[in-house]
Amino acid sequence: MKKLIQDFELVKYEELNCEHFVLDIKANEPLPEILPGQFVNVRVDNNNSVFLRRPLSIHNVDYDRNVIQLFVKRIGEGTKSLGKLKIGDKLSVVYPLGNSYSIPKNAKTLLIGGGCGVAPLLYLSKFLHEAGNEVTTILGVRSSYDAVGLKAYEPYGRILVTTEDGSQGEKGYPTQHSVLENESFDYSFTCGPEPMMKAVAAYSESKGISCEVSLENTMACGFGACLCCVTDTKKGNKCVCTEGPVFNIKDLKW
Amino acid sequence: MVNLEVKLKDLVLKNPVMTASGTFGFGEEFADFIDLSDLGGIIVKGTTRHHREGNPYPRMAETPSGMLNAVGLQNKGVENFCQDIYPRIKDYQTNVMVNVSGSVIEDYVETAAMINELEHIPGIELNISCPNVKEGGMAFGTSCASAEEVVRAVRQVYKKHLMVKLSPNVTDIASIAKAVEGQGADSVSLINTLLGMAIDAETRKPLLSTVTGGLSGPCVKPVALRMVWQVAQAVKIPVVGLGGIMNAKDAIEFILAGATAIQIGTANFIDPQVSVKIVEGIKEYMIRHQVSDINDLIGAINLK
Ligand SMILES: Cc1cc2nc3c(=O)[nH]c(=O)nc-3n(C[C@H](O)[C@H](O)[C@H](O)COP(=O)(O)OP(=O)(O)OC[C@H]3O[C@@H](n4cnc5c(N)ncnc54)[C@H](O)[C@@H]3O)c2cc1C
Ligand SMILES: Cc1cc2nc3c(=O)[nH]c(=O)nc-3n(C[C@H](O)[C@H](O)[C@H](O)COP(=O)(O)O)c2cc1C
Ligand code: FES
Repeated sequence: MKKLIQDFELVKYEELNCEHFVLDIKANEPLPEILPGQFVNVRVDNNNSVFLRRPLSIHNVDYDRNVIQLFVKRIGEGTKSLGKLKIGDKLSVVYPLGNSYSIPKNAKTLLIGGGCGVAPLLYLSKFLHEAGNEVTTILGVRSSYDAVGLKAYEPYGRILVTTEDGSQGEKGYPTQHSVLENESFDYSFTCGPEPMMKAVAAYSESKGISCEVSLENTMACGFGACLCCVTDTKKGNKCVCTEGPVFNIKDLKW
Repeated sequence: MVNLEVKLKDLVLKNPVMTASGTFGFGEEFADFIDLSDLGGIIVKGTTRHHREGNPYPRMAETPSGMLNAVGLQNKGVENFCQDIYPRIKDYQTNVMVNVSGSVIEDYVETAAMINELEHIPGIELNISCPNVKEGGMAFGTSCASAEEVVRAVRQVYKKHLMVKLSPNVTDIASIAKAVEGQGADSVSLINTLLGMAIDAETRKPLLSTVTGGLSGPCVKPVALRMVWQVAQAVKIPVVGLGGIMNAKDAIEFILAGATAIQIGTANFIDPQVSVKIVEGIKEYMIRHQVSDINDLIGAINLK
């Protein structure tokens, strides 16, 4: 897939809570094909102390309006500055980057996300739904305050929540949800903090189902030029930005 | 029309803009963004005699105006380069040079000898910043004696353009430059990365798996510029300047300090089109200053 560098314009900003926000960014020209699991690398121009671009997953795509949606969690200077952009501000974007989740057909699929790891799962659930799969998404958060943006998933399947404090959905971690015991799935997909992804991987292995995880290694370039983002796989070091970010757990040394 | 052509001894560059090793992949990674034939040259990834896995993750830490890396020369070895990569890149309409690294002299020599056979590779850049395993891990490039030794050995087997890339982690870089000139280097390039380190105060852990790593980006530019100026005065062979160049203005500064050509490194990560923008920017500068030949700018710093 050809990679592009383009200026996008911020057309919508939605504050979900004090930590998370969603950016709608619009290109001047028709978007190229974008696959679920791919990411963009954005330049943070409104803060001179942020030197490198910041990688962000593609949360959703609207081809009719040339709009890409990003779901961002405030972590440090870079993501905080992105949250201060104003409507009409320009954003330099390198995209579409990375590989993608594989899309089975007519299967029972399980998506588990935690924290900002939910970002790529919305666009993935859309693809899974369109391919005739049954989609169950479990979102694991600390409390009901963090259970944001759920409505967007509803058109594509069932959305379940776990909270650590029990304030919404089931109490506990997403891998402790009762649906994992009561039902069976053919494929699992996950993105989020590494301990959570490792728990999803362990569950999937115990059930003998395929599991794909999306890694968030720190990156300098995002397109395979620097070799900074590697993860240790059974076939040696692989770049997360070009050979990932999506990996099947059978290839990782987890 | 302005003339952008420069010569590194017999090697003709259509313009002085090259890309730095380890920041430009094999060029292929940039083919979606730019036309590689617009560049004076590209220097591909550090290549060693044998396959190297490189260092464990994490290998990168952002710093104010720059970054630290500890990639550790991950590459598939020179045989893989000759068989798999060379056929894919040999027809680029620019000078494709290979950055050669090693930890013992025999490895440098064997690697250089194999690349000498590749018709479309007009030169190598010898990276003498690598730790010299036999001398207890001190980089070849940090003493005149070991720098001379490796250049002398490679010169015997390598017949085309031999550029030697100098380490800035020394007290007197000009003396190292003179030493490699004395052993038959055709040009010198500088600077490689500066040794640095970063710690996460919250976790008390180093940010790189190797604790220390190489600093690059605009934060190193003043140091690089100073070293290019000192070396350009000390040697007669052409000097290739790099370290923190982000735009045409930075590039011109290096040329004024005495660089015949320049390389773009870390800036490629932030803007994959920056190298060709710098070619255009140099042209604009020359037109604005009514300079018709880039060669008139080399070393043209006004000290009066
Ligand atoms: C392929 C990919 C996709 C991503 N998708 C999203 C997304 O959709 N939404 C989103 O909000 N974030 C996403 N991230 C993470 C995001 O890139 C980081 O949160 C961001 O780079 C942090 O930048 P900063 O300047 O805000 O923080 P920094 O100042 O760079 O860092 C602040 C602190 O955050 C930690 N940190 C830095 N980078 C990361 C990281 N990659 N992951 C976790 N912690 C980190 C650092 O250790 C540091 O202590 C993704 C990362 C990758 C590699
Ligand atoms: C990620 C990375 C990898 C590098 N790998 C090499 C290498 O293999 N060989 C080498 O001689 N220099 C290597 N360098 C050094 C650069 O070529 C260059 O000398 C240095 O980064 C300074 O220039 P800059 O500030 O423009 O990046 C590397 C630099 C970076 C950032
Ligand atoms: S971030 Fe540069 S190679 Fe992956």
